[in-house]
Amino acid sequence: MSPEPPLAILAELTHRCPLQCPYCSNPLELERANREMTTQEWCRAIREAAALGCMQIHFSGGEPTVRPDLETLVTEATAAGLYTNLITSGVLCDRARLERLAAAGLEHVQLSFQDSTAEIGDRIGGYAGGHEKKLAFAKLVKDVGLPLTANLVVHRQNLHHLDDMIAMAAEIGARRVEIANVQYYGWALKNRAALMPTREQLDAMVEKVEAARTRFAGTLTIDFVVPDYYARRPKSCMGGWGRRFLNISPSGKVLPCHAAESITGLNFDNVRQRPLAEIWQHSDAFRVFRGTDWMPEPCRSCDRKEIDWGGCRCQAFAITGDATRTDPACALSEDHERLVSLAVADAGGDAAFIYRSPRAAKRL
Amino acid sequence: MNQRLLLTPYCLPRLSAHMRLRHDPARNVWTVQAPERSFLIDEIAHAVLARCDGQANLSAIIDGLCATFADAPRDVIARDVTALLQNLADKGVVAA
Repeated sequence: MSPEPPLAILAELTHRCPLQCPYCSNPLELERANREMTTQEWCRAIREAAALGCMQIHFSGGEPTVRPDLETLVTEATAAGLYTNLITSGVLCDRARLERLAAAGLEHVQLSFQDSTAEIGDRIGGYAGGHEKKLAFAKLVKDVGLPLTANLVVHRQNLHHLDDMIAMAAEIGARRVEIANVQYYGWALKNRAALMPTREQLDAMVEKVEAARTRFAGTLTIDFVVPDYYARRPKSCMGGWGRRFLNISPSGKVLPCHAAESITGLNFDNVRQRPLAEIWQHSDAFRVFRGTDWMPEPCRSCDRKEIDWGGCRCQAFAITGDATRTDPACALSEDHERLVSLAVADAGGDAAFIYRSPRAAKRL
Repeated sequence: MNQRLLLTPYCLPRLSAHMRLRHDPARNVWTVQAPERSFLIDEIAHAVLARCDGQANLSAIIDGLCATFADAPRDVIARDVTALLQNLADKGVVAA
């Protein structure tokens, strides 16, 4: 049986980025600039994604505005009928560039923040002056007339500013906020002891989000997911493996999610060598955890198996070394108690950041 | 800072800038493509949104729907349509 077509594609145009956030979602092994796909290769991948049934494209990275051909790619996506979104740190894009992107058909901007203050924000991003540049960029986004989502990445070192961060998002005119608890794969896993929130912070976070939803009802949509390590049931990661999303890496590898390369032993097809539709339908890496046939117990007989689709494979692998096991975020998993004790131990720790950089990657 | 939009019978509803009403040929459904989400909408929601052109006021939109869905009383249609559009306005999908 053919799988349903994907809804959205995440195009990771590059791993280059001026920021060095210690929870970066890029793999530890960063792709070099000379391995990145060309403009023509990306344009072809974009057309194939639209033909396959994708409705939306998210241009991401690294920092996608590092690529001088971003306007061309937005034009291509718009012509193919895709809804276009730019996921950016906002520190490299000036007004002229943003106007060109809007003219090319860009429809939405998602801007990340590391904190509500320059002091902590710049320290977390490892980039002096970054916070001020982000605020200036947010103003440009409103001036140019594009809708804005603020992506607030939260963890132990900035959760005491959560209310201020949400207020900042409203202040800069965002219509939508994502409160993104750090997901512990790759770089974030290496930095878990520096980032893991405490149980008290989690409880306070839930209350603050609920209060903010009331305070900003009708003006600001707030998306929030409980962090995995303190959850009772796993998240529906990517809406199910190989069900809704596909990710293309800078060098053209086609992945079921941006962290999938953290699972060793999976082989990923490349859109440079194989048509995207064929990869979506037949590639081993997509088929291996698609649907429910791969599931072990207690997932297999669980009445939530088509709600959470077994949670997150990368997390199962990161914690147990076996990607086929039940997601330890689930309270029914044999590994759940270990996950919680890891969280509690790390939350009480005091580790320094390992900043994301190609040089740090070599040392790991 | 944004202001909450409260719909009235005389407001002129339209899709917000950068929202797109789009038919999805792969799944044969109507959708609204919105920042980082897509809303699947049913035929009734599509019938309502297709009339939200920024020219017709809410009252006229309801009249038009009453003509199409003649077996439902106007007050029921008015209530349902207003609730639907207010909900979509709160999500930023509809402006006026």
